[in-house]
Amino acid sequence: MRIVEFVWKWFDEVTGVSGWLIPLAKHPVPHARRSAWFYVLGSATLLVFIVQIVTGIALASAYVPSAGQAYHTLAFISDTRFGHIVRGIHSFGASAMIILIGIHAIRVYLFGAYKYPRQMGWLTGVALLFLVLGMAFTGQLLRWDQTGFWSVVIAAEQAGRTPFIGNWLGHFILAGDTAGGATLSRFFALHVFFIPALIFFFIGFHLYLVVRNGISEPPKMGQPVDPKTYRRWYQDLLHREGVPFWPDAAWRDAVFALIVIGIIVGLAVVVGPPALGKPPDPSILQASPRPEWYFLWYYAVLSLIPRWSENYVIIVGPAILIVVLVLLPLVAPKGERSPFKRPWAFGLVAVIVFMIAYYGTVGHVAPWSPRMDAPPLPVEVIGTANGPIADGAKVFRDKGCEFCHKISGYGGIRGPDLTYAGDQMTPEQMETRIYSGAPNMPSYNGNITQQQVSDLLAFLSSRRRRPATPLPLTSEAK
Amino acid sequence: MSEDSIHDAENSSSGTDRRRFLSRLSIVAGSIAGAIVAIPSVAFLLGLRKVPHVWRTVGKLDDFQIGSTVKVAFLDPSPLPWSGVTARTAAWLRRETAQQFIAFSVDCTHLGCPVRWLPDANLFMCPCHGGVFYANGTVASGPPPKPLTRYPVRIQGGDVQILTSPLPITT
Repeated sequence: MRIVEFVWKWFDEVTGVSGWLIPLAKHPVPHARRSAWFYVLGSATLLVFIVQIVTGIALASAYVPSAGQAYHTLAFISDTRFGHIVRGIHSFGASAMIILIGIHAIRVYLFGAYKYPRQMGWLTGVALLFLVLGMAFTGQLLRWDQTGFWSVVIAAEQAGRTPFIGNWLGHFILAGDTAGGATLSRFFALHVFFIPALIFFFIGFHLYLVVRNGISEPPKMGQPVDPKTYRRWYQDLLHREGVPFWPDAAWRDAVFALIVIGIIVGLAVVVGPPALGKPPDPSILQASPRPEWYFLWYYAVLSLIPRWSENYVIIVGPAILIVVLVLLPLVAPKGERSPFKRPWAFGLVAVIVFMIAYYGTVGHVAPWSPRMDAPPLPVEVIGTANGPIADGAKVFRDKGCEFCHKISGYGGIRGPDLTYAGDQMTPEQMETRIYSGAPNMPSYNGNITQQQVSDLLAFLSSRRRRPATPLPLTSEAK
Repeated sequence: MSEDSIHDAENSSSGTDRRRFLSRLSIVAGSIAGAIVAIPSVAFLLGLRKVPHVWRTVGKLDDFQIGSTVKVAFLDPSPLPWSGVTARTAAWLRRETAQQFIAFSVDCTHLGCPVRWLPDANLFMCPCHGGVFYANGTVASGPPPKPLTRYPVRIQGGDVQILTSPLPITT
């Protein structure tokens, strides 16, 4: 033990570490009492980020960021026992970061902790939020399976909607004329060097501000922030009832981080990493790219807004979000912090959380996507194996109707459910619709024979709650 | 240098001028050093690789039946040695008459997802948002703002060739 003490004393004498580290660890923080557990979210986000660095370095030591080989190296990593787990941790860690940074932002907003003197703390946090979303997007892309490949194409197409520079920006994302050899390296550099460097910078700044301005005290009703007196009042508060950060507050951060990391590693072991899709071969056209869960709500919003507004929403939507988040601490730097005095704050958070959950669910179902892999209607549903009704069912399949219209649980949900079409429309109405089409349904005028239409009408008219003539299922029919 | 001499230097006007000059010199030196590193780095990043458009043979004339639309796969204009399967690209090709072909980009003009050909329905359908195109590439329904992009096709000897093009980006 003597030698350890000797080395430490020497080290401390030549570096002066204890001179700033010990005061930093023991700096007084407000006694948070019943709100104390609300203060663990930021540190948990940071610790999961460190988990991402550790597992990211482990993955990068085997991943080859080459368009032709990345997919194979991921398969190689996933096939090893611990590679499988490390990929799982990195993947669930990404989800955890998004959830934690989101709840952390909500907590700071509800507690009014973005007000004076902590405006820059909020602004650096907003930067970190968008950088984390950037990491999430570039990260799922590095999987470089079919979905990873097509998400670059879709990103380039979305960027293409930017006024004036759209075409250039789209090709800049692709790193050239087409998505190929040069594209992946660009996203690898973004994910592994560029965005993490910015995250390090903003975390450093964010933490510096937390120490300089002090962590916000739990808000109390009737105690508005006045920039003229706040700093002095806060110092008095610390003096009166402050507790040392280490260990009085830090133990909760440690316990919560252990729980979070335990859940991440547990899920990684039990559930494992997301499966690799098909290879990133652009000539395989059996592809239905979908975003990861954290972007599903945005995917749903873009899919459901009126078509004329799409170009504006793709570009202006995220811009408005950034402007609102940036303006918040600048336009409301003082006044009441307590959410009970700012009831609209609760309302706004409720609306945002509900929207993300609701549109996320809708995006998961994606009713606007045709079900191109829907199995053909079985003869039990059709009700007969031959005759016009059976021929009409074949037309229903061949013409692609089934991809968008559901019948008895089979098919897509882009268009109306036609299980009881015979009860809802006359054959004349159906025929008109088939020939004229609709905004989301092609016109079949010139694309369908008279015989096919008459079979199709026979089939659709037979879709009734109570068949006009019972159709007994014979054994041949099955 | 003792504190006194610092004080003296600050008070003399020549010392102030000298300090101002040295501050500016440091800022200018640092800016130049930064710029000569940043300019080539940023220029390299922004400089997009332009590749020539080249004709790629996608099959023999006799391989294609008149009236049928088929997927053809070919190499993109200038694949890099490490491009692997991503060097491949595809198009929908139809032989209209004995000597006339028509080729469409597979990318939906809405957001670039690969459209599929439904041979019995005579339609292209996009799996992402249900955009539908007629056989001639015009929009039949759904969100696509423009017809499918066409690639130039030619017959050279007995070969059918497609002129490779950049990914069409709807602006």
